[in-house]
Amino acid sequence: MDAIFWQQMVNGLTLGAVYGLIAIGYTMVYGIIGMINFAHGEVYMVSAYLAAIAIALLGFFGIHSFPLVILGTLIFTIVVTGVYGFAIERIAYKPLRNSTRLAPLISAIGMSLILQNYVQLSQGARQQGIPTLLEGSLRLHIGDDFVQLTYTKVFILVAAVLGMLALTFIIQKTRLGRMCRATQQDRKMAQILGINTDRVISYVFIIGAAMAGLAGVLITLNYGTFDFYAGFIIGIKAFTAAVLGGIGSLPGAMLGGLILGIAEAQFSGMVNTDYKDVFSFSLLVLILIFRPQGLLGRPQVTKV
Amino acid sequence: MSAGPLMEFKNVDVFYGQIHALKRVSLHIDEGETVSLIGANGAGKSTLLMSIFGQPRAASGQILYRGADISKKSAHYVASNGIAQSPEGRRVFPDMTVEENLLMGTIPIGMKHADEDKQRMFELFPRLQERRNQRAMTMSGGEQQMLAIARALMSRPKLLLLDEPSLGLAPIVVKQIFATLRELAKSGMTIFLVEQNANHALKLSDRAYVMVTGEIRMTGTGSELLGNEEVRNAYLGGH
Ligand SMILES: Nc1ncnc2c1ncn2[C@@H]1O[C@H](COP(=O)(O)OP(=O)(O)OP(=O)(O)O)[C@@H](O)[C@H]1O
Ligand SMILES: [Mg+2]
Repeated sequence: MDAIFWQQMVNGLTLGAVYGLIAIGYTMVYGIIGMINFAHGEVYMVSAYLAAIAIALLGFFGIHSFPLVILGTLIFTIVVTGVYGFAIERIAYKPLRNSTRLAPLISAIGMSLILQNYVQLSQGARQQGIPTLLEGSLRLHIGDDFVQLTYTKVFILVAAVLGMLALTFIIQKTRLGRMCRATQQDRKMAQILGINTDRVISYVFIIGAAMAGLAGVLITLNYGTFDFYAGFIIGIKAFTAAVLGGIGSLPGAMLGGLILGIAEAQFSGMVNTDYKDVFSFSLLVLILIFRPQGLLGRPQVTKV
Repeated sequence: MSAGPLMEFKNVDVFYGQIHALKRVSLHIDEGETVSLIGANGAGKSTLLMSIFGQPRAASGQILYRGADISKKSAHYVASNGIAQSPEGRRVFPDMTVEENLLMGTIPIGMKHADEDKQRMFELFPRLQERRNQRAMTMSGGEQQMLAIARALMSRPKLLLLDEPSLGLAPIVVKQIFATLRELAKSGMTIFLVEQNANHALKLSDRAYVMVTGEIRMTGTGSELLGNEEVRNAYLGGH
């Protein structure tokens, strides 16, 4: 294997980890209320702006050391993005809980447009950016060639994996996690056992948005630029990852993200960068045709 | 607290669309009593139990619990006030382990008695202990039934609602379950029981109601109904 392959592997893993983080929001919301939250990409986009605002604010107060800046940015972004997730569910989906399946879907598209326009109006249509926070890189030599591993990418990978581990722990081992799973598996029974399922659904939106917030900080660290339309492509990519892994499945979302990230990076390295989005969406179409339940999902069963 | 019944239905009507499933149902359950509800398939027994949790909601009438009308309250409010149900169809959480399913029963009271109560359930149903880490969906029907009953008991309910607890269980396990219920009743728990197995149910119960197509047709003590000709013919196989 040559250096390009390994370089694209590194790029793909970082990208894929971030897709996985965003895919978590799609898959958890689908799992619990059976709808695709098409505004989720916009939540990620908003979080990129929040990250930039946090970095600017911290800079304004004279805080420039990387650990402090990143910690402050992560906390601020994740918390405020979580609030966005909560508010979106309350405003756009909760009132439609008992209506037809199509209604919240349309509401999601509306919410997505509102968020785009709100950010465009308040922040401007120009591309925005943040300064590079973490300089330097590792070089791993392979023969005469080398693979460049920037510290930023190392940080992204570590942070994304930690985020996923924390989430897995919450879902598998805590009371809140059990309440989420119970609500997903049989909402009415969960209510009969004393679970306030409306509140659990709110938590799921908050958790999904918080993960998108983490992703927003990480991608912004890596690319440095974004605009009000940034949520669209990334949103569909993460959705593809969720479908690839099996929508509704948490490990599936993470796995689907990694596979999609790596596949896309290898395609860019070996074939063509311009067509990488086409490649990803072709992948989505192929999954939907040949394995609609995804890698780790179960075939659709109608719930009673 | 008032001296009235623990739970009371007053002229409750329930509809599924056009279907009039409960027709002006009135009944009561006193504190500490074991009361059973018997009736043919489709009589409305499960509907009555579920209507306590507002699923479906009563269209008219009152459902009083400790004197307060709960017919418009949310299901989780009802559960958190001390009513637990082992529902028709068991409805254990398929993707959770036996132990996790038991823990779901503790939502109304928190985790403070969880370990102690779990051990108690394992003594009651040793099979659950053997299978504690098995996912519920892979348990046999009878094992799931035991799990559903144990899960309901985990909340230390004041009022325990059981919808056909003997369904699908071997005769020896049925006996064991009824022995368990008798002990629970003796310890002061109020039990409201829906049963096809009318013989067992009536022997266990202080009182019983007979339901026919959504209406309460007859009521009396367990032994009165056991001796009643009509009941014997309709629900006890005429023996
Ligand atoms: N979700 C529903 N939608 C429409 N009709 C329903 C629904 N659930 C129950 N019914 C109807 O209401 C009536 C009462 O049903 P219910 O399940 O309460 O009977 P049951 O006494 O529990 O019967 P079984 O002994 O067979 O469990 C039946 O005629 C049934 O067909
Ligand atoms: Mg029934």
